[in-house]
Amino acid sequence: MTITISHLLVVSIVLLASGLYCVITRKNAVALLMGIELILNAANLNLVAFSRFVTGDIDGQVFALFGILLAAAETVVALAIVLQVFRAFDTVDVDRTDKLRG
Amino acid sequence: MEQVSYLFLIPMLPLVGAAWNGLFGARLHKRLGETAIHWPAIILPWVSFLLSLWAFISLARLDESAALYQKLWSWLPLGIVNADVAFRFDRLSAVMAMVVTFVGSLIHIYSTGYMKDDPSYWRFFSYLNLFMFAMLTLVLADNFLLMFVGWEGVGLCSYLLISFWYKERANAAAGMKAFIVNRVGDLGFGLGMYLLFWGVLKAAGDSSLNFHTLETIISRPGMADAIINTHYLGISLPTLAAVLLFVGATAKSAQIPLYVWLPDAMAGPTPVSALIHAATMVTAGVYMVARLHFLFALTPAAMTIVALVGGLTALFAATMGLFQYDIKKVLAYSTVSQLGYMFMAVGVGAWWVGIFHLMIHAFFKACLFLDSGSVILACHHEQDMRKMGGLGKQMPITGATYLVSSLAISGIPFFAGFFSKDEILWKAFDSGNTLLPGGGFIIWFLGAVAALFTAFYMFRSYYMTFSGEYRGHADKTGAELEEHNGHHGLPCEQPKNITVVLIILAFLAAFGGFVGLPHLWHMPNLFEHWLEPVFISTRHRLFSAGHGPALEWALMSLSVVIAITGWATARWLYKDAKNPIPARLLTEGSPLVKAIHRIVFNKYYVDEAYEATFIKGALKTSKVLSLFDNRIIDGIVNLAGAVGRLFGYINGAIDKYFVDGIVNLVASVILKGGSDFSHAQTGRINTYILGLLGGSMVFLVLVYLIS
Repeated sequence: MTITISHLLVVSIVLLASGLYCVITRKNAVALLMGIELILNAANLNLVAFSRFVTGDIDGQVFALFGILLAAAETVVALAIVLQVFRAFDTVDVDRTDKLRG
Repeated sequence: MEQVSYLFLIPMLPLVGAAWNGLFGARLHKRLGETAIHWPAIILPWVSFLLSLWAFISLARLDESAALYQKLWSWLPLGIVNADVAFRFDRLSAVMAMVVTFVGSLIHIYSTGYMKDDPSYWRFFSYLNLFMFAMLTLVLADNFLLMFVGWEGVGLCSYLLISFWYKERANAAAGMKAFIVNRVGDLGFGLGMYLLFWGVLKAAGDSSLNFHTLETIISRPGMADAIINTHYLGISLPTLAAVLLFVGATAKSAQIPLYVWLPDAMAGPTPVSALIHAATMVTAGVYMVARLHFLFALTPAAMTIVALVGGLTALFAATMGLFQYDIKKVLAYSTVSQLGYMFMAVGVGAWWVGIFHLMIHAFFKACLFLDSGSVILACHHEQDMRKMGGLGKQMPITGATYLVSSLAISGIPFFAGFFSKDEILWKAFDSGNTLLPGGGFIIWFLGAVAALFTAFYMFRSYYMTFSGEYRGHADKTGAELEEHNGHHGLPCEQPKNITVVLIILAFLAAFGGFVGLPHLWHMPNLFEHWLEPVFISTRHRLFSAGHGPALEWALMSLSVVIAITGWATARWLYKDAKNPIPARLLTEGSPLVKAIHRIVFNKYYVDEAYEATFIKGALKTSKVLSLFDNRIIDGIVNLAGAVGRLFGYINGAIDKYFVDGIVNLVASVILKGGSDFSHAQTGRINTYILGLLGGSMVFLVLVYLIS
């Protein structure tokens, strides 16, 4: 069986959906980050897929590489914030870190 | 003109002292005591004196008509009205600056003794320094406006120092009186200044506020006549301007009719009376006339007025001094009288003699006042001579210096006053310029009679104070006296910081006259020679009546006889308080004698007359004006106010119910909407993402349906 663009897009949709589900339902900040990571990867997969099957050049793939890099950087920062949140509130539950709420 | 860079320091150093004590004096006084106050206050004027001396020496080395000059900055460069803050140190300013800084500095030293333990010690020295600054600005100014600044400055300091002990109502009132009377004179000064400037501009096509430039303009060929022939209000321009300026001088130098403030000014501390109200400030008018000699010389009419007012004041004030009992009042009237002599001198064109007498007077009158201060201190602020007596034994230095100064002021030969006063009387007699009938005879006669009275009242005060027995015991118990005066129960001599000053001034009062020996004696007259170049430009306008030396000898002998007569009479009547005649005349004398005494003792009721006319008049006028103000002006104002209020009320109603209504409606709608919508903002990420997802779903469906 050959792998067509449809297969890749389906995988991408599944990833996006799981990511969204994770972001909406979970209250743990680390879990939220994982969900965001899934969404980003779904997007990266789309970029690679369209680059391979539609345009034929490697622009999309280069862009995907940047995306991965940025995601890693973003995770580093976000995890550092989560760590600080944990120190300040003794929890990483995003619903309970509501001190600045008006 | 020689440019120098240190002239400004002469007035500026005392200003620094004034600022120092004015700003930090109160705290320094509390923390460090009196020395921290008076050291800077004394040293700075002394440095000013040394600088003046230095400038004097530099000036003496230059040629005759030269002057030292320093321009600090342009002050009012308005076209032709060009006044600079600039100082000019010519031979006349030199004399004035030396007298002011020297006598002033000595009096600063004296004040450390006189003002000891005063709670406002710092304030006193600050004012005194400020006065030195203003006076030096006045004498060194190179133009009218800067001179006017100094003129006003000395008036201010005079006011501040007369009411120095302001907690007593009388002192505050005396200060105000001096200030208000001086305002009248300042008006004259101002008007004279403007009139002279514009008048000369119109007549000569060129003018200046600068004394030297103005003199040069007037000295141009033909200019003097053009100016004399310019008339305002039917009076020749120089006459009108000179008379107006002289009004300023009568107020500042206490001449008739504006002398009334000076006797009251004795309410101030005695060093102030000596410095400001005898030696320096009150002579500003004489200085001003001498400075403007080129103006006064153009107008025999104004000069006659000056000489006549001077002569009348000399006589009038001398009679008022005859029967005073307050030692300072005697000296105050004496000052008024002596200033009259100076005006006599400048009025007959004997400029240098006026300045000569000014200088000599500064010495002996400062000495007399400081002596009286020393006596007053010793008698615990008693100024009534009837309660003194016999102080010569307890206070030998004070007594001796008072005697020397009295000899000087009375014109006893070889004391300084003899030379200056005799020269004045001779110049008055010999003047060919006065418009009075008989030439200068009337002026001379006024001066000669005044000289008789001067000798009488000075020696009267000397004998009442220093001879006989001490009479201060009468109203005090023995215990009080012990407490006040130490174990002798008598007043005693003052400390050195007071006596040294007295000795220096008495020395000058005795020997200062030798710089101006009469021509008659065929000796060099240093003083006249020194001032001659300053007054050279008006020399050709002044004439001598041409009396010979024989007459001069005769007049000189006559004035000696006059002086000795006055002295002898006073000695006969008042020495040791033994002669019963003065007391008997007052109790048993004929009604005429009593009436004359009462009128003279009450100073001819001039104060009362002023009170009844000018002051009551001013008060009545102000009452009428205030009525007008209350009824009519205020009525109009109130009406305008009421109309305004009505409009305001209507306007306010519109504003409140209509404009505000709209504004409030908008605000409340937004407020309500905001609070309702705020529920949508939960702060939960999940909710937002769900909303985002839902929104994009709807959007996708819409896109699908439309395409």
